[in-house]
Formats: sequence, C-alpha cells, structure tokens
Amino acid sequence: MSKNTITLIIDGTKVTVEEGTSILDAAKKVDIEIPTLCHHEDLCVAGNCRVCVVEEKGKNNLTASCAAPATEGMDILTSSPKVRRARKDIMALLVSEHNTQCTTCYRNTNCELQTLASDYNVDNDIYLSVLKNNTTIDKSSWSIEKDDSKCIRCQRCVRTCAEIQHVNALAVTHKGHEMKISTFMDFPMNEIVCTNCGQCIIHCPTAALTERRYYDDIWEAIDDPTKHVVVNTAPSVRVALGEMFDYEPGKIVTGKMVTALKKMGFDSVLDTDFSADLTIIEEANELLVRLKKAFVDKEEVALPMITSCSPGWVKFIEHMYPEHLGHLSTCKSPQQMFGSMVKTYYAEKKGIDPKDIVCVAGMPCAAKKYEANRPEMRDSGFQDIDAGLTTRELGHMIKQAGIKFQELPEENFDKIMGESSGAAVVFGATGGVMEAALRTAYAVITGRPVPFDNLNITPVRGMESIKEITIKFEDCVPEYSFLEGIEAKFGIAHGLTNARAIMDQIVEGKSPYVFIEIMACPGGCIGGGGQPIPTTDEIRKKRIEAIYAEDMGKPIRMSHENPEIKEIYESFLKVPLGEKSHHLLHTKYRKRKRY
Amino acid sequence: MTTHINKLGYIFSKDCECDDILKNTLAKTKDEVVSELIKSGLRGRGGAGFPIGLKWKFTASQPEEVKYIICNADEGEPGTFKDREILTQVPKKVLRGMALCAYVTGAKKGFIYLRGEYKYLVPHLQKNIDEFHEDMKKFNIDLNVEIFLGSGAYVCGEETALIESMEGKRGEPRNKPPYPNQFGYLGKPTVVNNVETLASTMIVFRLGADVYNNLGTKDQQGSKLFSISGDSPKEGVHEIELGMSVADFVNEFGDGDTKAVQVGGVSGFCVPRKNFNKEIIGEGNTTGGSTMIFNSSRSMYNVLHNFLDFFAEESCGQCTPCRVGCQQLLKGIEAVKAGEKSPKYLDQLIKLSKTMQITSKCGLGQSVTNSFTSIVNNFREEMIY
Ligand SMILES: Cc1cc2nc3c(=O)[nH]c(=O)nc-3n(C[C@H](O)[C@H](O)[C@H](O)COP(=O)(O)O)c2cc1C
Ligand code: SF4
Ligand code: SF4
Ligand code: SF4
Ligand code: SF4
Ligand code: FES
Repeated sequence: MSKNTITLIIDGTKVTVEEGTSILDAAKKVDIEIPTLCHHEDLCVAGNCRVCVVEEKGKNNLTASCAAPATEGMDILTSSPKVRRARKDIMALLVSEHNTQCTTCYRNTNCELQTLASDYNVDNDIYLSVLKNNTTIDKSSWSIEKDDSKCIRCQRCVRTCAEIQHVNALAVTHKGHEMKISTFMDFPMNEIVCTNCGQCIIHCPTAALTERRYYDDIWEAIDDPTKHVVVNTAPSVRVALGEMFDYEPGKIVTGKMVTALKKMGFDSVLDTDFSADLTIIEEANELLVRLKKAFVDKEEVALPMITSCSPGWVKFIEHMYPEHLGHLSTCKSPQQMFGSMVKTYYAEKKGIDPKDIVCVAGMPCAAKKYEANRPEMRDSGFQDIDAGLTTRELGHMIKQAGIKFQELPEENFDKIMGESSGAAVVFGATGGVMEAALRTAYAVITGRPVPFDNLNITPVRGMESIKEITIKFEDCVPEYSFLEGIEAKFGIAHGLTNARAIMDQIVEGKSPYVFIEIMACPGGCIGGGGQPIPTTDEIRKKRIEAIYAEDMGKPIRMSHENPEIKEIYESFLKVPLGEKSHHLLHTKYRKRKRY
Repeated sequence: MTTHINKLGYIFSKDCECDDILKNTLAKTKDEVVSELIKSGLRGRGGAGFPIGLKWKFTASQPEEVKYIICNADEGEPGTFKDREILTQVPKKVLRGMALCAYVTGAKKGFIYLRGEYKYLVPHLQKNIDEFHEDMKKFNIDLNVEIFLGSGAYVCGEETALIESMEGKRGEPRNKPPYPNQFGYLGKPTVVNNVETLASTMIVFRLGADVYNNLGTKDQQGSKLFSISGDSPKEGVHEIELGMSVADFVNEFGDGDTKAVQVGGVSGFCVPRKNFNKEIIGEGNTTGGSTMIFNSSRSMYNVLHNFLDFFAEESCGQCTPCRVGCQQLLKGIEAVKAGEKSPKYLDQLIKLSKTMQITSKCGLGQSVTNSFTSIVNNFREEMIY
C-alpha cells in the first residue's frame, strides 16, 4: 500500500484506505453497501442525488459519501436512524417527481430507481405529486428515445456524453423546479450532434433514455407468411446476451442464441461475423491500394485510413471533422454489408424475391438503428437492413417467446453467410478490427501469417485508451515489394473522447499512423450502447475475455480463409474493390454541422 | 435585557483615508495582519460568517504559486442592496481590502463578481480600478483586478457556483471539500469574500483590532450593514453595531405595528412579536444583510409563499432534496391552506425541511428550513385558516 493511507471507522469497523478514496469506496472495502444513483464508476463525481448520504459523528449535516474523501479518524455511520430517515425522504421526493409506471416501463426490473424505491419501501405516498404533466417523449431519433418524465436529473447522461464521448449533445438547462436535461436549443434528438452511440442509455439509471424499440415490427414480419425474415447477430451479442438471462458476464451463448432465434420463427439465422470477414477483405485491400498510391504512384491519398464500422463514430466525424472525411474507409459496416448481400447474393442463391425479405440485425449498438435508416443504405434496391435490434431487445423478444434460455440446446448458424473466422469474432473488442485486418493484410503482403503466437496480436488488446503497434514488413511478395522494410504504425482508439485526440493529431498533420481503428464505445462493441445494463469496466473485461476465447475456439482464424468468403468472391463479387463491391459494399459520407 | 441601537458611520466614512490605513497596515508582517484580523473577530458578511482571518491564513499557507481573490458582489438576496451602496459610495475601501488580501495571500489576480443587474456600475468601478492599479504601484502591491459580470441566478452568489460560472460552466455549487481556499478558480487557491467583508478590513485597521472587537457581542463582533425593507418608514441601508435586540431594532425601524421580523433574509429566521425581547440580532441566527419588517396587515402565509416561490425558482435544481423539497413545501402549504391536506401535514413538511437541511449540497437548500420552520411554528394558524 502506498504511504499516504488513511484510517477511519465505518459502522464500528476500522478501514484503511489510500488518501483520496471516497467514503463510499472505503465502505465497499468492508462490504458495506451504500445506495447510490448519480454515482457511476465510469464518470466523474457529481454528488447531486444525495441518496448516498452518511452520518459523520460530530456533524449535524449528513455527508454525500460518493463525493467526500475519507479523512483520518472519521467516524462514519452508514445506517443510523438519521441516515435511514433522510434517505427514505429523498427516495420519496424522487418518486414524487417521477412518472412511476413500472408495469409499462422498458426498464422494469432493471432500474436503479425502482430497486432503491423497493428497498426503502417508499409505499406510503407521503408527498404530493410534482410531476410535470406537459412532458412529451422525444421519439424523433431512429436510435434514442428521451422521456423526461422518467428522469431523475442525476446528470449521468450529461457527464457520459461530455466525458466519455466529448460530444456534449446533452446539457442541463433551466433551474429550480424547471431544471432538466436538454439538447442544444431544445432541438429534437434527431437534429442535434448526437451520434446515437447510446452510451447515455447504458449510463442512465432509469428509463429516461432508452433505445427506440422495433420488436413489435419484427414480430409482425415473423408472423407474416409472405415474408422471409433473416436475422444476423454481431460478435458482441453472443458474449453479452447471457446477462439478460442471469448468466455471469463473459458467458458465451452463441449456440443457445441461435437456437432461440430459430425457435422464435426467424427463417434464417445468420452471422454478422460473415460480413465482418467481408469487411476485412475489402478494407485491407482498400488500405493496400491507398498505400500503393502513396508509395508507388506518389498520388495524394488520405492517410491514415480510419475504420468506418462504428456508425456512432462515423456520425461523430461527419459533425466534428467534416473536412477530414477522406480518411474514413469507404467500406460499409459489417451490418450494412450484410444487408446489401442478403438482398442480392443471398436472395439470388435462395431464389427469393428480395422485396419479400426482411433483414434484421441483432446488435450491441444503438447507432446501428440509425445507420440502417441512412438514406444511402439502399444499394440493393431496398432498405438493406430493415431494423436493428439491441442485445437488450433480443433478450426481451426471447422472453416474450416464452423460451427458457438456459435450458436450450446449442445449434449452429444457417448456411450461406453463416460461416465466419475468429478474426471476425474479435471485431467486438477494441483493437479487434485492427487485429483482424492485420492478420489478413500481413498475409497478403508477405505471404506469411502475422508473427505473433497463435496469431494473437496482443499489443492491440486491452482497455488502454489509445493503443498502438508498429509492424515491420520484410520479405514481401513481389506485388507489395514497395512496402519492403517499412515500419508501419497502427493506432487504436475507443470512446469518442479518445477518437477526438486521434483526429486532432490528424488535423495538425502529426498523426504517426497509416491505419487507425476507432470505435465509438469504450471497450469497443462489447461495451456498446445496446448492451445489457449495467456495463462496467469489470463487465467489459469479461466480455472481452469471452471474445478472445471464442476466437481461439474457431478452426479458421483469418478472414480470407473463410470458405464462404472465398465462395462469394468466386461466384458473385469477383474481386475485392471490384465493380459489384464498389456498388454494394462501399459508401459515401456527408458533411454535417457542429451542433 | 437592555441593548441599544448604535448607529455607526464607519463603512461609509470618507473613502480617501484608506490609502493611509493600507500604508500603515502594510508596515506590519503578514502574520501580524492575520492575527489582528482574527483578534478583531471580523466574520464574513456574505452569509456564512466565516472568520476572515482564518480564511486568509489558510489560503496564504497553500504552496501554490497562482492564487486568486474574488470579491463577491453578486448580491442576489431579495431586499438586499448594501453591497451596491458600498460599491457606489466607497469602492476604494473594497479595493484596498483586496490589496491587503493580496499582500497576505500572495494572490496577483483579483475579480469583482458583479451582479448582472449592477452593470451600470461598471464605468464607475472601472475608473476606480484603474486608479487603484496606479495607486498600488507605490505600495508595491501587484494585484490586477478585473470585473466579471454575473449571470443573474441567485445561486451564483454561492462561492463555488460563482467560481463555476466564472469558469464558463453552469452555475452549480460544487461538492465541498475541497473548499475554494484549496481548490478554487481554475483549481487554484482562491479567497472569496463579500464586498462588505473586504471593506470592513479597512475599519478593523482604522480602529485597531481591540476596538473593533469591543463592538458587538461575544458571538458577533463589529458593526454591520443592514438592508431594511418591508413595513418600515426607514427603509434603506443602515450601519449598526451588532448585538441589538430585535425589540430595539423594531422600535427604531418599525412602523409601530410590527408583527414579525425576518432576520438574515430569506435564508434567515422569522422572529414573531412575542420573541422580540428574547432574540438578539446576530446570535443564534444568521447575519445575512437583509432584514424585513412585517406589520399586522401582512399575511405570513403570503410571506412564506413568496419565500418558497423564490427558493423553488432559484434552487439550481441539481440536488434532490432542494429541487424537489422546495416544490413540496410550496405545494404542501397550498394544499393545507386549501384544506386538501390536514394541518398535521405541516409537521410532515417541517420534517422534510430538516431533511433538506442535513442533506442538501449547498447553503440554499440547507437553509430553507430556517424561514419555513420559524414561520410555520409561529404562525401556524395563518397557514391553516
Ligand atoms: C445560495 C447562496 C447565495 C449566496 N449569495 C451570496 C452573495 O450574493 N454575496 C455574497 O457575498 N455571498 C453570498 N453567499 C455566500 C458565499 O457562498 C460565501 O460564503 C461568501 O461570499 C464568502 O464571503 P464572506 O466570508 O466574506 O462572507 C451565498 C451563499 C449561498 C448558499
Ligand atoms: S424508470 Fe424505473 S421507476 Fe420509473 S417507471 Fe420505469 S422502472 Fe419504474
Ligand atoms: S436522462 Fe437518465 S442519466 Fe440523464 S439525468 Fe435523467 S435519469 Fe439521469
Ligand atoms: S447517444 Fe451518444 S452522442 Fe447521443 S446523447 Fe447519448 S451519449 Fe451523447
Ligand atoms: S442545495 Fe439547492 S441550490 Fe444548492 S446545490 Fe442543491 S439544488 Fe443547488
Ligand atoms: S450517489 Fe452520492 S450524491 Fe448521488
């Protein structure tokens, strides 16, 4: 332990902690649970809900334990009569301004306010209702629903959007009884800088911020015999969906998930990992073309190239760095590649009219809902992806179908776009796209596998905010001899605050990288805005471990070795970056305003 | 008990003498200045009443190079206009007080956080500041003072909300600790003092710490400005030696029909007629600047309603007990008055105000109980019928 330690007494027990530790965290050390609402371990301290108050002996006023550092000799009571009464009073106040409708609420049974209200049994309705009766739910966004009547004004969303995402789409406005969480000029959610990342949702303790739900539309399609309903699930869903069914975080439930989806009546259960492999082929080739243009043809090309699989990140750069869109890979995200392939290649192979296909994506993401609705995402002649569902929505649907998830047998994905490599699986974790791309790019450039144990490119893994790796290309195949001896630097960032740091380097012309992976959410997609709540660093790490375990369990670990990928190029796409690819798998971006 | 009203004229005495006072004071060591301030008993006049000597001493002891002084001229409390008068009539005293603080703490940058409504004072103040910068050269005081115009919210007078608003953020009070003396403006040690407090340092060093300390009572030393409003023929700002009874105060300033006195402004206590002889202004109650006098034509329900309206509007809204509590108290007394809730509900509301006191983040939410409890307890009938 470092030398600056502090000893205090909490509920009669001596606790020694490092200087600067909050009373709340000190109490955790001796297994004393203090209730919290505005506190979130990902965020800076706010100290505004006041449910975490404790009594410090010798002081009349109570202390907010999340905001107060432990000091030497403090004598703290966390559950004295005074504390309990005050907390119950505060809970009653919160309920009195709340639109309590738990039975019809999306966060029912997964709501921090509800849990505390039930623990403290605020059932005697002592106060008058001060709920504002003029609030309307903002459903303008494809991704985010904002219902102020369920808001407890803890400002977790505001801090999330500012600290983790550096977007500042949400702010506190007005004061006193009018105080609320608002947007720029009170504009609707679809007209502001919001990236739709959904991080505010997974940091919101209540149902004030939720994803827009589409499952009723999906049920309708499933029930319609004229429709062929295809579902594809992203790599991060299979390592998190279990949490919706009381599994410990980090449980891999791929097989059960597939079984459940089949039971629910989807006509075909496919794997987004397939199109992740496809993305890698296109993206790695795009990078190589850019490098060749830069090194051999001495043409002006935008380098570093940056990944484009995270739609929240894409919208972020469109708003914040509209002059630098050339750096984005033109590749669509795996979800959108999947959609355009289903309604062309898959339809052709299956002999189904694409107009009768409904393509659903099960995603760890809120932004993918909006991405599916981008007007340019109709290259198949139809809306490529009809609806994006979050991991949470999938969980709900499985429950609605009366399926006992834990009891299910395990099945495999269906054929045609159901096969994937381990490289596609690691897409879910920060650094994963980079790892997958390097596995393929290195093989293409040198004809050999990447020089890492078991293909595990460990330097790109982990939760560090910005990671980098330098790779030296030696003994290149003739086509790529221009890269001989070159030491190329690759960068990885997750969370938009880190993305901004990377972009600022580019703006200043100081970026040392040739290729950068950026994911909008902390930890990558495993920590996406559509994942089960709570999502904490500990949980992120467990999901990441599961991702790498799934990768190791795959017989094929490199995208270009996926037999279904080989097949699609042979029979349909012909060559990477070819005419068909260009039309169906690549896209354009637009400049947006900064507010 | 016998007290008397001792009307004084120290604060508004001629401004020109303060360069001499400053000169003499700067001949003392910093430690001497601090201990004389402590000995004088001068406390903050902005509401919280913290001893100024200790505040300066603590800030002086901070190892950081950069420190700030902020003169709090936000004066948002209804019925208060004393700081405005000081800045209008004797701005030199305030600036010299800041100079002394700079001497003691080592701060080189000062701000006057001026209430937005006092914008018209800017030319006048700026002229004084320019002269001040010139004058200080001969004292070797290197303090640059700047005016910062406030945003208009009452809560921005709270020192940490004030600092947040100066930093360009929303004016919400911070968690304390850390206090501004440690972690203030831009994270640097910062002294925040009220206008009157700063001006009063000039009185302390004019009279000497002992003489100043002999003014007032054992709890509250010195003299102080009172902004008197309400049913008084003598509405306005008066400097009075601390320690008078409410009875004497009412004799001097009332209209002969005084039923209650609100001591210490909206955040203070309401003293009913039956207690006029028992209560000393400044003992056991706060010494915020405003004193409101109500005669028997006033409905105390309306008085309380106005106060609660004010709090429900002016709470910054961040913390639960204050944001929701203020609304509940307001709606609650309305419901009792309308007969929708039984009079017993008033007791529930008093309990609630106590919860607000012990759990709110800043002085605003913590002090609502003062006026609420004293008015409801003393004028319960008026709340119900
Ligand atoms: C809601 C609220 C409003 C306040 N408004 C003012 C104000 O307008 N002027 C002021 O000097 N102090 C105000 N204060 C007190 C300040 O927080 C702070 O204690 C004071 O400026 C310190 O100076 P002093 O020690 O000289 O009194 C306010 C406090 C609260 C809680
Ligand atoms: S947000 Fe929570 S407390 Fe509110 S209605 Fe929904 S489940 Fe109930
Ligand atoms: S929207 Fe959610 S996170 Fe934001 S303040 Fe309201 S309850 Fe808190
Ligand atoms: S979805 Fe993301 S960008 Fe939009 S408000 Fe929430 S945190 Fe901010
Ligand atoms: S007590 Fe009131 S004014 Fe103070 S921080 Fe809390 S809500 Fe804001
Ligand atoms: S959890 Fe500590 S004040 Fe909200």
